[in-house]
Amino acid sequence: MITIALDLLAPYDFAFFQRGMVAATLAGALCGVLGVFVVLRGMSYIGHGLSHAVFGGAAASAVMSINFFVGAGIWGVISGVLIGRIARQKIIGADAAIGIVTTASFAGGIALLNRYGQARKSIEAVLFGSVLGVSWADIAAIAAVSLAVGAIVLFAYRAFLFATFDPQVATVSGERVAAIEVILMVMLSVTILVTMRVIGTLLISALLVIPAATARMITNSFSRMLMLSPIIGAACCLVGMNLSYHLDTSAGATIILVAAAVFTATYLLAGRRARLRVASLHHL
Amino acid sequence: MNKGTLIRCDALGVAYGAGFVLENVTMHIHRGEFVGIVGPSGSGKTSLLRAITGSLAAARGSVEVTRGTRIGYVPQVESVDWNFPITVGEVLAMTRTRRHWPRTSPSERAEMADVLDGLGLNGLEGRHIRELSGGQQQRVFVARAMFGKPDILILDEPTSGVDVRTRHEILHLLRDLHGKGSTILLTTHDLNGLASHLPRLVCLNREVIADGSPRETLIPEVLERTYGAPLHVLEHGGMPIVLDHDYRSSELLRDTERQMRSERETL
Repeated sequence: MITIALDLLAPYDFAFFQRGMVAATLAGALCGVLGVFVVLRGMSYIGHGLSHAVFGGAAASAVMSINFFVGAGIWGVISGVLIGRIARQKIIGADAAIGIVTTASFAGGIALLNRYGQARKSIEAVLFGSVLGVSWADIAAIAAVSLAVGAIVLFAYRAFLFATFDPQVATVSGERVAAIEVILMVMLSVTILVTMRVIGTLLISALLVIPAATARMITNSFSRMLMLSPIIGAACCLVGMNLSYHLDTSAGATIILVAAAVFTATYLLAGRRARLRVASLHHL
Repeated sequence: MNKGTLIRCDALGVAYGAGFVLENVTMHIHRGEFVGIVGPSGSGKTSLLRAITGSLAAARGSVEVTRGTRIGYVPQVESVDWNFPITVGEVLAMTRTRRHWPRTSPSERAEMADVLDGLGLNGLEGRHIRELSGGQQQRVFVARAMFGKPDILILDEPTSGVDVRTRHEILHLLRDLHGKGSTILLTTHDLNGLASHLPRLVCLNREVIADGSPRETLIPEVLERTYGAPLHVLEHGGMPIVLDHDYRSSELLRDTERQMRSERETL
């Protein structure tokens, strides 16, 4: 018994694992909070596309030797606001707009790294995440964004709910719905930016969607969904990180597999009504 | 009762691109009134509401809402996402955005209970909106608008897509609210079930065709100009009943007309 416990705790002897663990758990909670809005606003594809767009910024900042957070941050926020604006104004089909902006950014990033960077290493680290590479600066960035997002969502809770549930009436009632959408897109871009080193660009959209969709099956209340989703996200990351060490698998991939298993178990155990709730989510 | 003007549309024109959907619309809504806007699909009813609520700009003329007027807007039930995870209490609380926190204050809960009680929804705060009957669902959105303490209640097609029983419930509810002093403006397609029961109707087809009581507006000449097709009007119990122009081919309606005539003669 003691041997098993010692085996389970063995990874915690390593400083890199401790840092990765804290970063992943915070990232899971952060993605869980924003995932509620992503899922309920039918923005799953936007989340997916945005993570690809941020990759372009990350590559450009690496090549130009600009600070990662500054370069990719500016790129990501601009992409996020642009996507939100195109989607809202219906200049062209939202899906087409997201596809063009994000895949062009993604392709640009790969081309830049191929031409000027240490392509293979950099691309893999950004695409699939790297626990080994998590520094205390990364953790501080994730913690700062988590605090800011938590404070904004809590402080403007009712306005966010109103604009998400009923944007037309929210506008009539004097809410600045367009501003709320911009804030959401900025929060989403910054979240992807600070968590992509842990989870990876390709998998981050799953962490935005799966915990929130699981929480939706469990509850019919917005406030409870907003509480449950980050708890599920953090728990999946915590379990996934530990499993990845013992199974010797990629941390990002293991976290997403754990989240998918939790979703599947909830789907199977939940009643028919709960399954219908998740079936009704847009674009999932 | 203060008869101040809350909404003033003067020679209002509204356009989408180069095409005008509303032209030269003049309509004033006074405090305490109960007004229905009727017209066919594409006549500009929703555009007029959108111009009044500020989500569509006037291309010509003007639309003014008296400063400080709080609008309580009730959307079409068909536009509501009934699968959204939200309880009745959360629907009401979302309008009070000056209080930011999710948790409602004791005074808010007391006010909420009052509003829900007044609309026959007491005890339903914790229920999901989908679990309610059609009438209750419509009432929840009226309750949300009322919870914002509006000066005017604006409803977009409140009886669209609801069954006959729910339509009756909504009509009674709106009459009650008007009786208690609420100012109400609504759009409707429902000439017999709703419009003919209102004190004032505005017939709209890109422009105001007529503005007055149902007896003044629900007449064949006005209806033909409004709907672009001949419509017949019968009277029953002092109320106009609008019939489709080919109603004479319907055995049932012919019987109804015969019955009404005999009732009138008996009276």
